[in-house]
Amino acid sequence: MNIQLSRRNFLFASAAVGGGLYLGLSPERADAAEAGQLNAWVVIPATGRIRIMASNPEVGQGIRTSLPMVICEELDADWAAVEIVPTLADAKIYGRQVAGGSQAMPTQYEPMRRVGAGARTMILAAAAAAWNVPVAELSTDKGHVIHGTKRAPYGQFAAAAAALPAPDMASVAVKDPKTFRLIGSFQPGVNNRAIVAGSQDYGIDAVVPGMIHAAFHKSGVQGAKVKSANLAAIKAMGGVKDAFIVAGTEEYEGLASGVAILADTTWHAERARAALKVEWSDSPAAFQSTATWAKLAAEAKGKPAVMPIHATGDVSAAMAKATKRVAADYAYPFIPHVPMEPINCTARVDGDKVEIWAPTQNPEPGRAAVAKLLGVPPENVTIHMMRVGGGFGRRLQNDYMVEAAAIAKQAGRPVKLTWTREDDITQDFLRPGGWHYLEAGLDAQGRCIAWDNHFISYGRDGKFARAAGIGPTDFPAGIIEDFRLGATVLPLIHTTGFLRAPSNNAFGFVTQCFIDELAHAAGKDQVQFRRDFLGAPRIIGDPKSRGPYNTGRMRAVLDKAAAMAGWGRKLPKRTGLGVAFHFSHLGYFANVIEASVAADGTVKVHKVWVAGDIGRQIVNPAGALNQVQGSILDALGACMGHEITFADGAIEQRNFGDVPMLRNEQIPPIEVAFLTPDYPVTGLGEPAYPAVAPALANAIFAATGVRLRKLPLDVSQLKA
Amino acid sequence: MKLNINGKSVDVTADPDMPLLWALRDVLGLTGTKFGCGAGFCGACTVQLDGEPVRGCQTPVSAVGTAKITTIEGLSASAWGRKLQDAWVALDVPQCGYCQAGQLLAAEALLRTTPKPTDADIDAAMSGNICRCATYTRIRAAIKQAAAA
Repeated sequence: MNIQLSRRNFLFASAAVGGGLYLGLSPERADAAEAGQLNAWVVIPATGRIRIMASNPEVGQGIRTSLPMVICEELDADWAAVEIVPTLADAKIYGRQVAGGSQAMPTQYEPMRRVGAGARTMILAAAAAAWNVPVAELSTDKGHVIHGTKRAPYGQFAAAAAALPAPDMASVAVKDPKTFRLIGSFQPGVNNRAIVAGSQDYGIDAVVPGMIHAAFHKSGVQGAKVKSANLAAIKAMGGVKDAFIVAGTEEYEGLASGVAILADTTWHAERARAALKVEWSDSPAAFQSTATWAKLAAEAKGKPAVMPIHATGDVSAAMAKATKRVAADYAYPFIPHVPMEPINCTARVDGDKVEIWAPTQNPEPGRAAVAKLLGVPPENVTIHMMRVGGGFGRRLQNDYMVEAAAIAKQAGRPVKLTWTREDDITQDFLRPGGWHYLEAGLDAQGRCIAWDNHFISYGRDGKFARAAGIGPTDFPAGIIEDFRLGATVLPLIHTTGFLRAPSNNAFGFVTQCFIDELAHAAGKDQVQFRRDFLGAPRIIGDPKSRGPYNTGRMRAVLDKAAAMAGWGRKLPKRTGLGVAFHFSHLGYFANVIEASVAADGTVKVHKVWVAGDIGRQIVNPAGALNQVQGSILDALGACMGHEITFADGAIEQRNFGDVPMLRNEQIPPIEVAFLTPDYPVTGLGEPAYPAVAPALANAIFAATGVRLRKLPLDVSQLKA
Repeated sequence: MKLNINGKSVDVTADPDMPLLWALRDVLGLTGTKFGCGAGFCGACTVQLDGEPVRGCQTPVSAVGTAKITTIEGLSASAWGRKLQDAWVALDVPQCGYCQAGQLLAAEALLRTTPKPTDADIDAAMSGNICRCATYTRIRAAIKQAAAA
């Protein structure tokens, strides 16, 4: 693969090179590059602040701080003196611009080091020429080139540097990590000062000249279309400027049908909406109810799985040989994302040009969808990636971007579409629920020798719904030789999607609680049983899967968490320690939770000990600790109280009263340790989440002897 | 009508029953006050009326009268507000940051009346403010740091 980059193609990135980004010719943009622009991410003006571009969507994961830190470190600029500049969405220039899958660090950490190092190399070459000295005699410090007693700011050489050919990205020299001064140091978020002053704009704060506020009313039963609405009455209401029916498109998950109300303020639009009367067409989704699905899932028990997913060895024979067999049924519900900033988008359609201000985690599919719907070239769609008030995976979907563009076009003026919290919950792309009918066999030594899982999930046309599937090599496939995994899919007509540590956020609960049951049945210590289960350090899994994973790294975090928690110590009555581990999104996490259960069943989490391994380097400990603590608490809140239910085809929950969020007084201490073995740097938005619910359920079992196999945890079963 | 916002008298043309949240955001362009749930559950829209934290989404603009409104844009006029802002930045409290305006206005009201808050004081004062990213550990630490500053 040719990664000898010319000046031009060093400027702009897109295609993958050896797992990184880079490359991509965009001459017209190169010609437009401004003075002192050394590459797509680094601009060094002759005087004034060095600018570093932040090209990824910021949803609170801290990426607009951490990736610029990586560039700044290798550029050897002064972090306190650089300006961080968010960019537009433009994959042709910046490559991957996605807040999802904890993938920014694994795919961009090494490339961004080279972006910074490459720019520094160019500055050094220009300085060597200007001072007529060998490059080898130069050094740098905080944005200055140094030769003997001479010291000059980078800006002095930037114009000359920008005219030089770009260095070879593959071989450009990067720092010895031992010499890092910025990477690995605690750096508060670059937008913190604006956030605490109320001057940080989020998507919902976008203001465009001539803009009008829109509410968009859709049926809670997805697929229902507007037949008629009392539009004349709505248009006559105070503050309302227009109201019209959006026909919607026919394809599944296309533009939904609904009524748009345009008004002077969001409040006027919503006030009018309360008076809206709509006749809806019948929807095939109307059959759906939580009770119906539970019945279908129960009927599937004991029957063969409809979809074989993965099988090795001979499960039936191994079960027949087993000294002891353990069977258990696990279940978990649909859960919502509820990002703090309600769903919104601002759009302006001007002829065949579209401009979008969106809090999005994934702008490019939105661009494609908007372009397709409006029949404009994708390059005519400009997307401002506004700071996002929480993503959690919800804003990987861009339905609201499409809605805003469609409404703006129909309205003939710029529109800010704002969903209510009720819209957010009832139209969410839910984390799918599921059931697992599990059986395992233990041999005479108490070792697990057979594992059979019939997974009941949701989908359409014999396929899993989005985020409802299971990976064939997900743990514990590959650990247990005689293994079988199959699925049966229940019919679903409602949007589902990725929620923090998708699928793992449920599977971690199922596998780590069931392993706890096996340990108990085997009469073994819970930590020791897990060590034995993992076995010798080795790599397991298909390289093309979500793994592979290293059992040795998992063992190390398990041992660390157990040591931190003082595993094995004596505890008061109805108090227990629970342990769990999980590998996801390239990260290894183990938790121990100490919890007590009061006589009335109330559960109190006393402390959470967390050991994680995301590779050799924690880029920004400030953001990293925030992500881990946030993931732990996110998972705790969800497993203790989040459940979306359906009746007559629609979601029954409406607002935070129905989706209780953890509050300040409920927060346990969380002690976090990172192991940093010499493996590639990976991401942290997700992998700390999955091992939380099982650690809590296992702690509850240790405290009470009651095994809770369903989420959210039903504490009414825990009364003394 | 006239409102006193962050120490300034401001003319506002708004329906009397429009919630203060929307008058601030959509009429006056003071977008630092955030919409979160519209039902008083989350506290994202917290502002102060004569120093008392209230829910902007539950307060009709006509009910404000002559009360002094403090929004996040005016927080730095308070010495406690500045200490809290500094602590919030230094301890890197925000993740997405969307709820933090409401958190800060609740915290400022706490410290003004209870300069050395106990954990129980913090629990009571901050319970109405949801942080979906769950930055609670750092919110508590930052309140304590501001109190000690």
